[in-house]
Amino acid sequence: MKGPAKTTFLLVGLAVGMFGFAFALVPLYDVFCEITGLNGKTSAQAALVEEVERATQDGDREVTIELLGKVARGLSWEFRPLDAEITVRAGEMKTTAFYARNRSQKTIVAQAVPSVSPGQAAQYLKKLECFCFEQQELAPGADTEMAVSFILDGELPAEINELTLSYTMFLVSDTDEETTADTRLGQAIRYRP
Amino acid sequence: MVAHAETVPKRRHPWIEFAARWLFTTNHKEIGTLYLWLSFLLFFIAGGMAMIIRLELFEPGIQFVDPERYNQVMTLHGLIMVFGAVMPAFVGLANWMIPLMIGAPDMALPRMNNFSFWILPFAFTLLISSLFMEGGAPNFGWTFYAPLSTTYGPPSTDFFILGVHLMGISSIMGAINIIVTIVNLRAPGMTFMKMPLFVWTWFITAFLLIMVMPVLAGVVTMMLTDRHFGTSFFQAAGGGDPVMFQHIFWFFGHPEVYIMILPGFGIASQIIPTFARKKLFGYHSMVYATASIAFLSFIVWGHHMFTTGMPLVGELFFMFATMLIAVPTGVKVFNWVATMWRGSMTFETPMLFAIGFVMMFTIGGFSGLMLALVPADFQYHDTFFVVAHFHYVLYPGAIFGTMAAVYYWLPKWCGHMYDERLGKIHFWSATIAVNVTFFPMHFTGLAGMPRRIPDYSLQFADFNMVSSIGAAFLGATQVLFLYIVIKTIRAGAKAKAQVWEGAEGLEWTVPSPAPLHTFESPPVIAEGQGH
Amino acid sequence: MTTFAGGSRIGLASLVFCGVPYVSLAAKMDMRPGVTEMSMRIQQIHHMSLWVCVVVGIVVFGAMFYTMFAHRRSKNPKPATFTDSTLVEVVWTVIPVLILIGMAVPATTALIDIEDAENSDMTVLITGSQWKWHYRYLDSDISYYSNIATPDTQIDNLEPKDEHYLLDVDNPLVLPTNRKVRFLITSDDVIHSWWIPDFAVKQDAIPGFINEAWTEIPVTGTFRGQCTELCGMGHAYMPIVVEAIPEADFDAWIEEQRIAAELAGEAAVAARAKSWTMGELMPMGEEVFVKHCATCHERDGMGQGVKYPALIGSAITTGPVIDHLDRVMNGKADTEMQAWAPQLSDLEIAAVITYERNSWGNDTGDVVQPITIYEAR
Repeated sequence: MKGPAKTTFLLVGLAVGMFGFAFALVPLYDVFCEITGLNGKTSAQAALVEEVERATQDGDREVTIELLGKVARGLSWEFRPLDAEITVRAGEMKTTAFYARNRSQKTIVAQAVPSVSPGQAAQYLKKLECFCFEQQELAPGADTEMAVSFILDGELPAEINELTLSYTMFLVSDTDEETTADTRLGQAIRYRP
Repeated sequence: MVAHAETVPKRRHPWIEFAARWLFTTNHKEIGTLYLWLSFLLFFIAGGMAMIIRLELFEPGIQFVDPERYNQVMTLHGLIMVFGAVMPAFVGLANWMIPLMIGAPDMALPRMNNFSFWILPFAFTLLISSLFMEGGAPNFGWTFYAPLSTTYGPPSTDFFILGVHLMGISSIMGAINIIVTIVNLRAPGMTFMKMPLFVWTWFITAFLLIMVMPVLAGVVTMMLTDRHFGTSFFQAAGGGDPVMFQHIFWFFGHPEVYIMILPGFGIASQIIPTFARKKLFGYHSMVYATASIAFLSFIVWGHHMFTTGMPLVGELFFMFATMLIAVPTGVKVFNWVATMWRGSMTFETPMLFAIGFVMMFTIGGFSGLMLALVPADFQYHDTFFVVAHFHYVLYPGAIFGTMAAVYYWLPKWCGHMYDERLGKIHFWSATIAVNVTFFPMHFTGLAGMPRRIPDYSLQFADFNMVSSIGAAFLGATQVLFLYIVIKTIRAGAKAKAQVWEGAEGLEWTVPSPAPLHTFESPPVIAEGQGH
Repeated sequence: MTTFAGGSRIGLASLVFCGVPYVSLAAKMDMRPGVTEMSMRIQQIHHMSLWVCVVVGIVVFGAMFYTMFAHRRSKNPKPATFTDSTLVEVVWTVIPVLILIGMAVPATTALIDIEDAENSDMTVLITGSQWKWHYRYLDSDISYYSNIATPDTQIDNLEPKDEHYLLDVDNPLVLPTNRKVRFLITSDDVIHSWWIPDFAVKQDAIPGFINEAWTEIPVTGTFRGQCTELCGMGHAYMPIVVEAIPEADFDAWIEEQRIAAELAGEAAVAARAKSWTMGELMPMGEEVFVKHCATCHERDGMGQGVKYPALIGSAITTGPVIDHLDRVMNGKADTEMQAWAPQLSDLEIAAVITYERNSWGNDTGDVVQPITIYEAR
């Protein structure tokens, strides 16, 4: 290739590459969040056994965890933690539960999205089981208690002694409406597997 | 061209002739002219929107536009000024001047050049037409944060997305063209380190464009799929994250800020030596400073997001990186002062605008440094202090830079001298008006006035009224600018080839007005010429 | 060594600042000092950086003006020819670095303290939604909405604007003095930002995520701020007002709120027991509609284009009551239609639904009773 054609080719390649990079930023962002604790995202999957085994105990260190439950717009559920506050010993498994009730006369599927504050603490909260790992379905008027079990890693920075674990419950679909904008989230393709 | 015309005996209607000439032109000077006129037109449209904004903010209360309309006008003002006024103006200058400055016969990819221009009128027609659509124009600010722009955006958001894609494609093609031209078409002997600084700054800017415009295209594509194809990039409900939008947007957005200022640096570096009659001080350090600013612009995006709940380490990193930008920027300012130092200065209009550029850009730089300090940023963020800051770097920065360039090169383009007296009146009135308009915004911001509001509490009333009066005056001064430009094109003293006695560079070796075709055989650059 | 040089620079800057007497105009043009220790510290950082900029500006602009005057052609016809000096370049690279380090030190230490929300005495959950704030005291389970109190007539210039135009709310956030208060901040819809300049607390409210901030107010008083992130049409109309009262009064206030909640509960029981007529519900419904719904749907029920649908003859307002109930009580996902169940009483919701179903030509004749709303909760 001659000079100008070659330069053009390289630059078009760079532009296309950067377009791809924009999409690569999505998974990169998750990695970045996990490292820095940005936004207090907890892992969307259960912690691995090795991870849990690694979660060290740290003497008698006790941490207070405040629990919050929130219902997003358009979801006719009641949703709240059974305990507003729990005390956790680092390295020990703890289980707590949230209460949910479908107030409507439709079968409703919802998804809980967790958030931890301060964000840095998120990576030390190792969940073994959580209702947020999958969608929850409730029949009309039905209620349920949904458990979350986790281990708080003793590596948690010493200056953090209280943290907040919050779940927001989002509407995924309510079954007896036709496919309208309301159920758009129902077909949501999650970009993460 | 001439020979070709003779073989076609049938003459078409003059209007068709005229339309065909401008529609199909592949000449870098004509395309440069098209870019400049389009940006001038859009500058007045977006400026008119600024007048509506200032009119509404003249007094507390809702008088002229309702809050929903206000948000739409404010959004379009920002989008059109950034993508329609500032960027095409710089691309137009690049088209006109880069081939002339490096001794090239034309841009390397002339047909693509035509195409990249003619996309733009369609992009902006799409964007502006959304004002008249059901649901109104985009109303989420030029930063279009999710979820306000995704789930909550008006239907016209899709037109906005398409418009941004078109602008992006246009900018990328323009930037590719500039780099290919600079890399391949320099006259023999015109080494990289002999290139004029305007060419250098544009070379670096073009790389920024190629690297970040695709990221913008990516982020609006994600918006589109979130809106219509069920993905959840930015939606917490589906596992996405609205804050990620801001990270990706500002990864584009911060380099974009430098895209809008680096060519201005280049222009000041051309004009100041000319009128100081002294070579640019520290040419090499100017080039390195520009390159380091461009590099740093990629690692400071987080400073737009200090209040989003960033962890401490993130805040510290972005604070330090941002403060570091002050160093190469300072080097540039010091070098300009050193260029003036012990020169033999005269103050024609281009020089006045260039000096105004350096001083007021520096004021914007100072407030930028203050904004970098995270604790203080918690108080400044999203207030009128920020509005004052970026208008100082954009109006007396980017736009004064463009005006300096227009006064400097207009005689070369049209063969006439502009009216010096009117030019000086334009400079002084615009300078006073810019400061009356934007300086009080620092105070309203510090007093606690959030940005992007159509209505405000009584404590901010005095300074807002001052700003609005200044803005009306400022708008009027730019009408004078239009008059001066038209007057110069139509008549005026004949300009020599060497318009300015102190000017150096190949563009001054061709006659004024510059003929349509120049440097068809490359000029010879002697050893020791240039830098 | 470098830190020392930077430190002395700040010392100099603050010295200069202390010598400047305040005049009222200067105070108006300055950053507000605020009332908390942190806000005052931030104002000092602002002054420090401002004065550094002023001094650098005087040096640079002074040099520029001097050279423009002294080296103009009429005075200096023959220009010098120097073009480079590595020494000078190094000097004006190093000096700014030192100044910057000097500025970064106090900013960093302040930032570390700002980010430390540990050991708080109480926690308030702040939720932004279009265009109001919701406060929940997590330690005493009291919660309420805080709406703008400035009447539309003032906004539309029909009557004079009062002193706290746009900065007045119906229910301010009441906080005790001298207690470390932790704020957890989130949003129901788009991104908002909670800001009280006098506390120097500004934190974005992001849907689905929780952010943290804290303050400790040393004095009593009323403190006003606004939403600082563009959140749509009503962005200018969601003020924040904090009422800081002595600790003892605060505990009494909490008790009052408990009693008020009980009374409201009793009133609700009474409302449920009664069967309401359309004549009773319609005026009440109109009042609720004008206050909460008319911003978007307009007083005449015509709505505003596609985003805020008209209520006249619509599928919701003239279709099955159950759907109407669901839409009003739970809102609609991904739109600005919020859930009103937590914001309004059974009676208010019953009244407004009755009003919507029987106004502007809607003639369903339906009368919705508070008991129906109660059962749907």
